[in-house]
Amino acid sequence: MAMLEVKDINVYYGMIHAIQGASFEVNEGDIVALIGANGAGKTTILHTVTGLLQAKSGSITFEGKDITRMPAHKIVTHGMSHVPEGRRIFSQLSVYENLLMGAYTRKDKGEVAASFDMVYERFPRLKERRNQMAGTLSGGEQQMLAMGRALMSKPKILLLDEPSMGLSPLFVSEVFKIIEEISAQGVTVLLVEQNAKKALAIANRAYVLETGKIVKSGDSHELMNDPSIKAAYLGE
Amino acid sequence: MTFLSYLINGISLGSVYAIIALGYTMVYGIAKMLNFAHGDVIMVGAYVSFYATSLYGLPTWASVLVAAIVCTVLGVTIERLAYKPLRTAPSLAVLITAIGVSYFLQNAAQLAFGSSPIVFPSAVKFEGIRLFDGQLVISGITIVTVLACIVIMIALTLFINKTKMGRAMRAVSEDKGAAQLMGVNVNSTISMTFAIGSALAAIAGVLLCSAYPTLQPTTGSMPGIKAFTAAVFGGIGSIPGAMIGGLLLGVIQILGSAYISTQLSDAVVFAVLIVVLLVKPTGLMGKKMNEKV
Repeated sequence: MAMLEVKDINVYYGMIHAIQGASFEVNEGDIVALIGANGAGKTTILHTVTGLLQAKSGSITFEGKDITRMPAHKIVTHGMSHVPEGRRIFSQLSVYENLLMGAYTRKDKGEVAASFDMVYERFPRLKERRNQMAGTLSGGEQQMLAMGRALMSKPKILLLDEPSMGLSPLFVSEVFKIIEEISAQGVTVLLVEQNAKKALAIANRAYVLETGKIVKSGDSHELMNDPSIKAAYLGE
Repeated sequence: MTFLSYLINGISLGSVYAIIALGYTMVYGIAKMLNFAHGDVIMVGAYVSFYATSLYGLPTWASVLVAAIVCTVLGVTIERLAYKPLRTAPSLAVLITAIGVSYFLQNAAQLAFGSSPIVFPSAVKFEGIRLFDGQLVISGITIVTVLACIVIMIALTLFINKTKMGRAMRAVSEDKGAAQLMGVNVNSTISMTFAIGSALAAIAGVLLCSAYPTLQPTTGSMPGIKAFTAAVFGGIGSIPGAMIGGLLLGVIQILGSAYISTQLSDAVVFAVLIVVLLVKPTGLMGKKMNEKV
């Protein structure tokens, strides 16, 4: 059985039917990419999975538990962590406090300390700047902080929303490299990206979203060679 | 010497405004709403403390404690019943509801306690101190009010900056959605904020009525508006801002009524507010508004 199973969800913004019967699954250990144009509904899907939005119908199951109606602050305790679009770090809190917020639901001080070591080792910049207000970091550093903060909850699955958005090309490659490393350590990844080329390159499987519907899915290498995908998303 | 005594009176009144303004500013910071019923919670606190002493003979400290507990429950209940259902409603609807709650509290108090003013016995029995051969008298209530204000300010600053709950509050105030993703229960954070603000309002009510000993159902309304002004003056959402705004407002009001005109003292207060907002629209300590596009 898949780790995360989303079945036929419908999500509305008022009268707008934003997600129209989307279904997909993420298997444990995989990197799954959700690609699509601006406004296709990628962010809406992630928000629905992590409980920031409620689906009108359909079901979301994580490790066999139904989380469709679970509030966001409970879902994180089950091992799901979400790096939101635009990073949304707490700019008035220090880097250290942002990371502490990531470990908000964890009780064991020793384990939290171990997570700090792990995050500081992966992102040495954050360690250097731990007492700085997060708002003073550069865009790339803020993305590192958002990812580090999400890792502080020791997630089994990490949901990343446009992690490469607004970053310099150097940082974009760095971010994708880090995602692969995180995945290699056993964290399952659901990645939402407009940068389809990079996303497909590191993903095992992918889904293509168009105006609220999933129109294609499959092995990411197959999708990369699909002529219609090439034309629409890879600019070839 | 008279100037000094006016100044001290101003600081004392300003301390009360500051304590009330903290409630306004914290609720605004976390829930992004103006709780115009906050002033009336002060009045409820004063009544509860009055009756706890006069009917049940409780000592002063116990009556203040009872008032704080009753107001905490009241504040959290108001939030649950009146504001929580409007969490996603336009801010105008919330504002009007808050004004409605304010009138409700005033009228309920009229029903419960009667509309005629009662004389509030000072909660501070200590006579005060005389300085410079009796030329300068600092009353006991003045000393207690200023001390209470300092203690509350320090405790609240430590709570907000050093505790897990305080950190969660700052996170919620900046980005509710992101805070939820961290595992913060936003609803209980908002309840907590109302609880703290209302407990402070109860303390402010006792201090205010001890200094100005008339208590009636509308007692909270003017100090409430003044404290709101103080919060805006200092920069709404900012805790040190509420403190500074409150103190300045108190001093301006007392000096204004002493040297300009008693009748115009409120006008002076609001005139200063208008000038400050023209020069610095976010208030003295206000953060830059980062409205998301």
